[in-house]
Parts: sequence; structure tokens; C-alpha cells
Amino acid sequence: MRAFMKLSSVQTKLYLREPMSVFFTLAFGPILLVIMGLIFGSLPRPELNGLSQMDLSVPGYVGMIIGITGLTAVPIGAATRRDAGVLRRFSATPLRPLTYFLADILAPFLVTLLGVLILILMGLFIYKVQFRGNWPSLFGAVVLSALSFFALGYAIAGLVRNARTAIILGNVIVIPMTTFSGAMVPLEVMPASVLRIANFMPLKHVVTLMRGLWTGEAWGAHLLEAGILAGIFIVGVVIVALTFKWE
Amino acid sequence: MKANQDRVIEVEGLVKQYPGVRAVDGVSFDIRRGEIFGMLGPNGAGKTTTIECIEGLRQPDAGSLRVLGLDPRQDGFALRERIGIQFQSAALPDHIKVWEALDLFASFYQKSTDWRALLEKMELEEKRNAPVSKLSGGQKQRVFIALALVNDPEIVFLDELTTGLDPQSRRAMWDLVWQIQTQGKTVFLTTHFMEEAERLCDRVAIIDHGKLVALDSPQALVNGLGDESRVVFESVDPVDHALFTALPGVTRVERIGERTLVYGRKDGLIGRVVNTLEGARVPFNNIHAEQPTLEDVFLKLTGKEIRE
Ligand SMILES: Nc1ncnc2c1ncn2[C@@H]1O[C@H](COP(=O)(O)OP(=O)(O)O)[C@@H](O)[C@H]1O
Ligand SMILES: [Mg+2]
Repeated sequence: MRAFMKLSSVQTKLYLREPMSVFFTLAFGPILLVIMGLIFGSLPRPELNGLSQMDLSVPGYVGMIIGITGLTAVPIGAATRRDAGVLRRFSATPLRPLTYFLADILAPFLVTLLGVLILILMGLFIYKVQFRGNWPSLFGAVVLSALSFFALGYAIAGLVRNARTAIILGNVIVIPMTTFSGAMVPLEVMPASVLRIANFMPLKHVVTLMRGLWTGEAWGAHLLEAGILAGIFIVGVVIVALTFKWE
Repeated sequence: MKANQDRVIEVEGLVKQYPGVRAVDGVSFDIRRGEIFGMLGPNGAGKTTTIECIEGLRQPDAGSLRVLGLDPRQDGFALRERIGIQFQSAALPDHIKVWEALDLFASFYQKSTDWRALLEKMELEEKRNAPVSKLSGGQKQRVFIALALVNDPEIVFLDELTTGLDPQSRRAMWDLVWQIQTQGKTVFLTTHFMEEAERLCDRVAIIDHGKLVALDSPQALVNGLGDESRVVFESVDPVDHALFTALPGVTRVERIGERTLVYGRKDGLIGRVVNTLEGARVPFNNIHAEQPTLEDVFLKLTGKEIRE
């Protein structure tokens, strides 16, 4: 337990010292929010069923930073440390692989939570977005989405041969994933063909779940999304268990 | 029972096969509590493979291993509580500071020493808040040694401790190793530096192509050469080697650059070489007798010189 606490806190500190990760987890969402705010303002729009663009953007970006962090910072960090021989040095101690894995997931999760918090506070206080859901429920969705995407990211790190491939793969996946997730451009305004593609993007389900809970819908209305995310989490963990290696 | 307690490492018939190369080929030896044991051999001899099999980090193909009474293959976690490991090459996470690394590694063990005292002893006190990546080679090496000591281990494994260090840092490392021994710990180190093995180790195992070719104290290994010695002198022009091989007791002559080395029985060798040179009217310089070293032992046992 002591090892887990210490490792989580050190990994969190190290995460905050990595400029790229900090940018995408903490700064990217708020920057987009500011841009969207300049373009659209907080006025309700008829084509969005009376919601403002910002009402959709805040929960959408919450989903997006979870996705980007899970697909880039998590796999790149894990594969880089493995390649560099950091994990090998850990393997020369009594540290358990499971402890290492859990701490390695907790650290980006804590920073992501901070990013989520910044987004929500900006939304509530600067853009006066409406929150109709309940907070524990939203928190649950953030946890489920993060578990799912971080496990996926870790699985990518386990499957690729080296950090370079992890970087390329993460970036290649993350671009269509965010584009078709509905986070940037609301799916409501997209043609049916795009919607079909979007359904195959795990991040779309994060965004849909997040927006639904944000606007006060019940979990019961989102069992499909929740099920898909839980499924990704389980598959991810199985892949991690099968592919994890210290070197 | 007593005898077994004194032997902290027992290796019997260790074999490790890689595709196309038998990295360790039937090696057996014991290490006693409290000694500095060195494994000496050229690059690729199988030192790292041997030491990492003993640490439980690589799986041997054959042979039996006992470390502190444990089987490294089965009791890896228990064993690693009690040993300290310094790799030939290792890394720490990017951006980590010296004190953070020590604090972190200390948390991995059930029992650990006060890492602040360790920092002081390693003369890293003023580098405490520096990122490990910004340290010099010697300082980094001291951090890795500190990490290997943070659990107050009974055995410390040091793989190529001083490779890549300048002579001054190398000597500082030797002092550290002696200090570690003074605390009652056993040290198992590998090196390809003859002088390091000779100066630092209580016993030296010489390994070549995965096989153990000799094991004894450096003094005994050198004494094992018998009364062979060598005389070295410098001359601008090459000297006919036959002049010396004709002398009684001379076994071998070698020329390296401007230096000629005459090997043979110690008694009177230098006198006979001087007489021969003067008799042949060869101008020469800087003549002296050299005591045999581990280098000569290695040469004699393997037929080749160890080079960096
Ligand atoms: N992981 C490995 N895979 C394949 N061959 C290896 C591996 N590790 C070592 N070898 C080979 O085994 C031999 C011994 O290597 P090593 O134990 O590293 O020697 P040393 O430490 O004495 O320089 C070398 O021929 C090396 O190429
Ligand atoms: Mg080696």
C-alpha cells in the first residue's frame, strides 16, 4: 500500500512535469472552450433543441480530454518508460506488477480529474452553462470512461513493440476518434453516413453518456454506452494482463 | 549447516542458451558472506547473463541456484527484499529528482534504511533536488548505487560499476565498495578491468565464452603463473627476437609499438636481457622488470588479451 501511494504521487508529479501531457489533459479543453465561446457565445440555438453550444461543449470536452489522455499520454508514457528500461529497474525490487499498473493508471486519472474540474468550473461560471444532472452520477461516468480509455491506452502500449509505434498509433487513432465523437462538431448536425461511422468510435459513447447525464437523463437511458465502455475496459485489462512485461 | 550459512550464493552447473550462443555454459561457484567477489571477463563473456540469472531476472536453462537459501526462480519477491541490484545500464523516469527516486524506491521494501543518510554518504546531498537526468555520469552511478542500498541489502550486485567513468570517479567507486563491505554486506561485481578486479576483489572468477576458467584470490591467481616475469624496454628499431629466445629461461618475446616484452623465469632475467642488448650494440631505453598481473593470468588461460 505504501508503495502504491508513493508511486501514484510520484507518477502524478512526473505527469505534471511533462509539457505535452499537461497541455492535452489540462489546457487543451479550456482553450477549445474559450474559442467556442468566442464563436458561438452562450445563446440558446434552435437547431440544438434550445441548448447553447456551450451546454454541449463542456460535457463533450470532458469526454474528449479523457479520450485524448487515454490514447496518447497513457500509452506513450507506458511504452516510453518500458523502452527506456525504467520498468526493468522497478522489476529488480519487490514491487508487484499490479501495483505498478494501478499507480500508472491513477496518476493520469488524477490529472484528468483536475482537467475535468477546470472545464466544468469554466463552463458554470464563465459561460453559465446549465447543469441538470447530478454530480455523483457524472463523476461515475467520468470514472467509467477513464477506466475504459486508460485500459485501452495501456493495452495499446502492451501490444506495440516500442514507444515510437505507440506515439504514431495513439495519434492516428485519436484524430478520427475526436472528430467523429461529437465532441467538436455535434452529431445532431451531421449526415446519417457520418453517424454510422461515429457509432464505431468508442469516444462517441463517452461523449453521448456525458452529455446525457449532464442534461439530466438517467443511467437507464444510456445502458448501451455504459455497456460498451465496460466491455472496452474488460478487453483492455485482459490485453494488459496478457501483454504486460517489465522490459 | 554452518558452512551453508557462510555461502550466500551457490551456483551449480548454470547454463543459459540464446539463439546461436550459449551465453553461460555450465558455470559453478560459491560466494561467501562478507566477501567482494568479482567476475572478470571480456565483453560478451557472459557476466551480465550470469549475474542476472542469480538475481532471478533471467531464467536459466539448466543448473541450480541458491541465493540466501532461496531459489531465485521461485522466491523472486522474497529474494529481492534482501538484495540490492545495480544494472549495467538502467534508467529512471524522466523528470524524477534524486530525492524522489530514493524516497520512491525505499517505499517498495518492507524494510528500508534512511535514504537521507544514504544521500549524504554518497555525497549527493547537494544534488538532492536535481533531476537525475541532469547529473554527471559518476553522480548518476552513485544514485543507482544508493538505490541498490536503500533496502539495507545483504548482498549487493554491481554490474560493470565503473564502465564509462573517468579514473578519478572509478577510484571513488572502489572506496564506496569497500565501505559497503565494511558494513558486513557481500558484494558481487562484474568488470572487464583487470586492475579493478585485482585491487578491489577478495576473490576473482575469470570467465570467457560462458565458461569459468579460473577462480581464486587475485594474489593466488598471479602466483599460479609460477616464477614467470617479464622485462620491458623501448627501442626505436625492432630487435631480432631470436637474440632473446636463445637465452636460458626465456619463453616468449613480443613487440608492441616501440616496446619489446621479454617473458621468462624471473631470476636474473633483466641482467641477461641487458647483457644481450649491449652485446648486440642495440640502443635501448627505459628498461624495467614488470610483476605479472591478472592480465597475464588471463592471457595464459585464454590465449588472448582482454581489451576494452
Ligand atoms: N537477451 C539476449 N538475447 C540474445 N543474446 C544475448 C542476450 N543477452 C546476452 N546475449 C548474448 O550472450 C552473450 C553474453 O552476453 P553478456 O552476458 O551480456 O556478456 P557480458 O556481460 O560479459 O558482456 C553475448 O554473446 C550476448 O550477445
Ligand atoms: Mg555485461
